[in-house]
Amino acid sequence: MASAASNPAGGVERLVSINVNGRVRRVDVLPQETLAHTLRYKLGLTGAKVACNRGECGACTVLIDDVNYYACSTLTHNVKDRAVTTVEGLRAEDGTLHPVQAAFIQELSPACGFCTSGQVMSAVALLKANPRPTRQEAREAMSGNLCRCGAYDHYLNGVMRASGQLS
Amino acid sequence: MPSNDNMPEMSLYQPVQVEDAISLAGTLAERGWLVGGGQDTYGWIKDRAKRPEALIDLNGIESMRGISETTDGIEIGALVTLTELANNSLIKERYSLLSSAAGRVASPQIRNIGTLGGNVAQDVRCWYYRRGLNCYRAGGNLCYADTPEGQNREHALFGASRCVAVTPSDTAPALVALEAQMVIRNAGGERIVAAEDFFVGPDVDILRTTVLRPGDVLTSVRIPAKWANAEFYFEKVADRNVWDFALVSIAAAMRVTNGTIEESRMVAGAVECTPRRLTNVEQAIQGRARNQETADAVASLASQGATPLNYNHFKIPLMNNLVKRALTV
Repeated sequence: MASAASNPAGGVERLVSINVNGRVRRVDVLPQETLAHTLRYKLGLTGAKVACNRGECGACTVLIDDVNYYACSTLTHNVKDRAVTTVEGLRAEDGTLHPVQAAFIQELSPACGFCTSGQVMSAVALLKANPRPTRQEAREAMSGNLCRCGAYDHYLNGVMRASGQLS
Repeated sequence: MPSNDNMPEMSLYQPVQVEDAISLAGTLAERGWLVGGGQDTYGWIKDRAKRPEALIDLNGIESMRGISETTDGIEIGALVTLTELANNSLIKERYSLLSSAAGRVASPQIRNIGTLGGNVAQDVRCWYYRRGLNCYRAGGNLCYADTPEGQNREHALFGASRCVAVTPSDTAPALVALEAQMVIRNAGGERIVAAEDFFVGPDVDILRTTVLRPGDVLTSVRIPAKWANAEFYFEKVADRNVWDFALVSIAAAMRVTNGTIEESRMVAGAVECTPRRLTNVEQAIQGRARNQETADAVASLASQGATPLNYNHFKIPLMNNLVKRALTV
């Protein structure tokens, strides 16, 4: 890793490798660049939406090592050597949707859909850590994702279905 | 006009040794900005309200992570995340006051990246100040919040001195209640500051909310064994349960023996620029039972001496009621 002594001008190297959806991508990253910016404007992955850009809405939620974070409020230089998963990386190779995506469709969870990719990512993070959450646990885990259509209960139904607790 | 979606050009340093971070912090001084989780930082910079020349990202420093037992309690690295604090079994078992407080910060995603060090060192949330206005705290000579039309619903009841902003931290009142010790390092060595003295009001230094000076790095927080497994109560009242900062919070640690409170620490958040110790309540409840009768008798002491602004009178009964709830649960 670059240290101040070896590179006094600016610290970090700009050309970095990041692992996105299982692929190592070489990309030129500004020191102050957010992960949301890198994903959307340099790697063409527009699934993470930039809405508030201040960590106050959740539309940009992605997974880093299976934990959910706001991509708008994470520096890309902080995800070197870590595995980033966006909504584009969820489906299987044959195109089968992730169980959370399928459950959200079945429960008609999204209304306008703008917050949906973020909601999907938070639900995936929850189910990786806790495969059979209670509805209250799911509510808390999903609480960092705003939905301006107010479809919260529909998303919760989707989470419960994805965890196999809704038939 | 620049797009506030992106941060302006800056340097970024990612030291992996705490010594390198201290050296960078000392060399860059006012031009540098220490970053833990960055959740307070990036908004300032995107809004162009603060413009550091360089970020010093502390996340690569392994020695500032982890929670360990010491001969007198536990030591928590400043980079421990709020999620880790909320879920750590040792803290939940012995110091649930702190895990409860950490679990009430902002949102799950913010707790996943936000650190204990950053939570206590974060700047105040007064919107006039954060908008980049040249108020007292920004080095100017005016307060926009304490004016006839100023929006000061979230602002201070106590200790205002030109600036009326309050402490935004949820963990700070818990740390003061637990008599935590803040470990601070700089080029000159290490110093230990009691949590109670770590936070400073505008009468002491209007440009800062803690004793941290350029060149200082908060490396860890020590929680003494004194309050381990005591009776605790934490409650945060906010407009929304997620994201919002406290309107008033209460952190209470009580040592109860044979039904009476032997000793206690009662600390309120979001009523003053620093966590506010309610020493008059602590004295009044000493030797009494933790019950409704005691609660009714002492609750009004909590807000004694409050000087509300135009729109924050509601904090007075809120504060009293939180003390009441701390004593009746």
